[in-house]
Amino acid sequence: MSFDFAVILAKAPQILAGLGVTILIWVAGTLLAAILGFLVATARRYGGRLADLVLSVPVEVIRGTPFLVQIFLLYFGGPYIGLRLDPIAAGLLGLTIYGAAYYAEIFRAGFQSVPPGHSEAADCVGLTRMQTILHVQLPEMALLVLPPSMNMAVILLKETALLSLITVPEMTMTVQAIGSQQYAFVESIVVLALVYWALVELANFLGRLAERRLSTYSA
Amino acid sequence: MTWQLFELLLQASLMTIFVSVTSILLGLAFAIGLSAMRMSGLGPLVWFARIFISFFRGVPLLVQLLLIFNLLPAIGISLSSLTTALIGLSLCTAAYQAENLRGGFEGVPRGLIESAEMAGLSPVQSFIWIRTPIALRLTFPALVNEAILILKSSSLVSVVGMIELTKMAQNLAASTYMPLPIFASAGLIYLAINWIVAIAGRRAEAALPGLPAK
Repeated sequence: MSFDFAVILAKAPQILAGLGVTILIWVAGTLLAAILGFLVATARRYGGRLADLVLSVPVEVIRGTPFLVQIFLLYFGGPYIGLRLDPIAAGLLGLTIYGAAYYAEIFRAGFQSVPPGHSEAADCVGLTRMQTILHVQLPEMALLVLPPSMNMAVILLKETALLSLITVPEMTMTVQAIGSQQYAFVESIVVLALVYWALVELANFLGRLAERRLSTYSA
Repeated sequence: MTWQLFELLLQASLMTIFVSVTSILLGLAFAIGLSAMRMSGLGPLVWFARIFISFFRGVPLLVQLLLIFNLLPAIGISLSSLTTALIGLSLCTAAYQAENLRGGFEGVPRGLIESAEMAGLSPVQSFIWIRTPIALRLTFPALVNEAILILKSSSLVSVVGMIELTKMAQNLAASTYMPLPIFASAGLIYLAINWIVAIAGRRAEAALPGLPAK
């Protein structure tokens, strides 16, 4: 058995287009997930016991079920309740909701790490709740939430591969299609694995860099 | 959604449980081996373990499964889909578990390792009888966590032709045109199993002998 990687590399422009979709969905999904997760954590913290209880349900359900089942439910089940999304929109929405549940837990731990005396002090000097959250609590928890946040971002990058199963034209789907056209299944998957590996290691590297940057600002 | 459909999902979830449990245990054995390699101080073994762990943590499980599924037959090894799924899942979880165990091995009190040495245990004996049991005890909560992750990840083995809970749900959704209740039920079954694993994990954690003093 000989392997011919040239047929795959000849399709580099298509692969790069798929990579572009992967990165776009990943970055957008991660940012939206982090924002939504932060809002959920804030609502659970300051919205009273009822909000905390009500929001804990989706968070636990999403964290307890496979991402694959969630996107199947959204993409194939959605149209039955009037939610008809194209694959990219469904993929982005699915990734955002999935990530938000985990980010909500990360920020929940973040809020718990800030000494209550600090927000009380902010309250005393006349800062509003919003100002306290944004200017006191968020910077204080930054160093604690950064490593798990970067970790989650990397997990989300790998989860985007599953979107190929709901026909999002991201990298996995693109490369698999090339593999079947060129009858080069092994070569295509090897290239795919190497690109993901490089991307994940790059993301890990950037995460460590950000951590180091941030730690120089904290006492 | 009828009881019959739900029963089919429950039956398929037995395969999910079987694949997950087997992979977790195989993965644990591989992870201990990887840890031994990493701590052996022998250049090539250390590098093999490092690259293995980096690769299997750096590539999506879906791509790993596709790789094994396509690569092995191409080099003349033909395996059943069950074997392919077990290899894929256990190699992947091995890399994550080895990373968890790293913290555990670092947490083994120095004094205990020195005592083992003083008592005449060889480095290998010390690894097997002193360091590994303590590292496993220290990282037990991480193992439970990993079990839950693998249970969820096992939904991917449908791509290599395994019929487990997610694949059964896909098949039933396609044949009955009721994707909403069927995928929701599948999700609930995963949730219930995860819940049981989490509770059993906490019980076991409490029942395990205490941690050695630092």
